[in-house]
Amino acid sequence: MNTIGALAGVVIKELYRRKDFYVLFVLTAVITIAAGSVRFFQDPNIVRYVKDLCLLLIWVSALLITIATAARQIPAERENRTIFPLLAKPVARGQVILGKFLGCWLASGAALAVFYLFFAVITGSREHDWPVLDYLQAFLLQWAMLGIVTAMTLLGSIVFAAPSSTVTILFVVVAGILFLGRHLNTVALHNAEPMRSIIYAIYFIIPHLELFDVRERVVNDWGLVNWLDCGLAALYAVAYTGLFLVLTWLAFRRKSLN
Amino acid sequence: MKIPSPGWCLALLLTLCFTLATLLVPRAGWWNDVPRAADWNASRSQSENVFKLLFGEGRRLFANEFFIMADSYFHSGYYPSIFDKQETEKDVATPAHGQAEDSDSTSDDFLGPPPDWIAALERRFVPNQHTHLNSGGASGHVKKDEVQEILPWLKLASDMNPQMIDTYTVGSYWLRRLKMPDEARNFLFEGLRNNPGNCELLFDLGSLYLEDLHDARRARNVWLAGLRCWNALPPAAQADPPVHQAFENTSMNLATLEEDQGNWQEAIRYLEMVKQISPNPDAIQKQIDEARQKMAAQPGTTHP
Repeated sequence: MNTIGALAGVVIKELYRRKDFYVLFVLTAVITIAAGSVRFFQDPNIVRYVKDLCLLLIWVSALLITIATAARQIPAERENRTIFPLLAKPVARGQVILGKFLGCWLASGAALAVFYLFFAVITGSREHDWPVLDYLQAFLLQWAMLGIVTAMTLLGSIVFAAPSSTVTILFVVVAGILFLGRHLNTVALHNAEPMRSIIYAIYFIIPHLELFDVRERVVNDWGLVNWLDCGLAALYAVAYTGLFLVLTWLAFRRKSLN
Repeated sequence: MKIPSPGWCLALLLTLCFTLATLLVPRAGWWNDVPRAADWNASRSQSENVFKLLFGEGRRLFANEFFIMADSYFHSGYYPSIFDKQETEKDVATPAHGQAEDSDSTSDDFLGPPPDWIAALERRFVPNQHTHLNSGGASGHVKKDEVQEILPWLKLASDMNPQMIDTYTVGSYWLRRLKMPDEARNFLFEGLRNNPGNCELLFDLGSLYLEDLHDARRARNVWLAGLRCWNALPPAAQADPPVHQAFENTSMNLATLEEDQGNWQEAIRYLEMVKQISPNPDAIQKQIDEARQKMAAQPGTTHP
C-alpha cells in the first residue's frame, strides 16, 4: 500500500508542477466572470446561464486534465527509462498501474475541488444561496466518472502507440458517450436487425458516463438526487473502473518495455 | 513646471489623433452617405453586433438553438432531445401568441416509460418532470424572478438573427409579465429597428403602451401605423398567418380602444375590417350590432 501511495504522490506532485491546471482554471474563471458581468435587460438576478456555462467549462477542463495526465504516465516512464529502476525496486506491474491510477484520480479530484469551490463562490455571490450539498453531490458524481475515464485512459496509454493518439482517441470516445450514450437504445429501435442488436449491445457494454452528469439538475435547482441512487451510480463506477484497471494490468503484464 | 520631452508630446498627440479618429470616422461616413436617423440607427445596430462580425450570416443558424435553449430553461431542463418526440410549438412562446399555456404541449410524456434499467437509473439524475418556470419551476416555489432566466437566450437569439420576430414578441411578453415595461419597450424598439414596419411588433408595442404604460394615444398611433404597414404589404405577405393574426388583433384592439373612448363610428369601422378577415364573422357582426345599439342609446351621436 505504501508503494502505491508513493507512486500516487509522484503523480499528484506532477500535476501541480505542470501548467495545465493553472491555464484551464484561469480560462474558466475569466470566461465565467466575463459572462457573469454581462447584464441582460438591466436585471442583476439572472444567473442560470452563468452556472450553465461555468459547469460546462468545469466538465471540459476536468476531462482535459484527467485524460492528459493519465495518458502520459506510463509512456513517460518508458520513454525516460525510469520504468526499469521502478520495477527493479521491486514493484509489481499491478502496483504501478494502481499507483498511477490513484495518483491521477486524486490529482483530478483535487483540481475538480478547486473548480467547484470557484463555482460555489461565483454562483453564491450572484444567487445569495448556498446549496452546498447539491454541489458536493455533483462533485462526487463527477469525480466517480473521472475514475472511469482515468482507468480507460491508462488502458489506452498501454494499447495505443503515443500519448497524443491516446488523448485524441479518448476524447472522441468520451465525448461520443456523453453526447450519444443515453440515446443509443432509441437509435437501436429505429434500426433493423442485425444493426439493432449490435447497437443495443454497444449500449449495454459502454460505460454510461452521462449517468454522472447532474449539471441540468444543479443549474435548474432540481435539488438533491436520492443518495441511494448515487450509491448505485458509485457502484457502477467502481465496477467499470475495476474492469478497465484489470484490462490495463493484463495488457501491461504482457507489454514489452523496450 | 517641467515640460515633457518632445517624444512624449508626439506620442500624446498621436494617441489623441487616433482616439479622435475612432470617434469621428463612423460619423463622417454617415454625414457623407445618407443623413437619415433610420439609417444611422441601422448602421449602429449592425456595427454593434459582435456576432455578425464573428460568424457572418452563419449566426442565424445559432438563433434557433438559442430560442430552443430559452424553451429548455422554461422547462427547467426537462426537454426532448433530437432523438425524442419534439414539441410542435415552444411552450415559452404559446402565451405570447395568445394561446393557453400547455395547449399543445408534447413535453409531458416525451420520454415514455424507461425501456431498460440503465435508462431508468439515468432518469433519476436528470430533470424528470414537466414543469414551467412561471409556475414555480423545478422547486415548485413560485418566485417572481425565475422566468427571467430565459431572457438571456432570447436576447442572444435576437442578436444572432435580428429578423427572428418571435424572439422580440416572446421576450417582450415575458418582460411585461415581469413588470419591466421599459425593458420590453426597448426590446420591441430594437426589433423595429431591425425589422421596420413589422405588424406583429407594432401590435405588441401598442398593447404595451395601452396595458402597461396606460398611454392610449400612443397605443392608437402605433396600432394605426401597424395597419398602414399591413396595407403596404403584398398580398402574399398579408396572408402569412402571424402577420394576418397581428392585423386582426390590431383592428380588434383599435375597435375596443375606440369603444372605450366612446368613438362608436370608429369602433364600428374597425369591427367591419375585422369581420372581413375573421374566421368567425357572425360573432363580429353581433359585436357590431351591439356597438350600433350603444351608439344609438347615446344622445348626440349620429348613425354611420
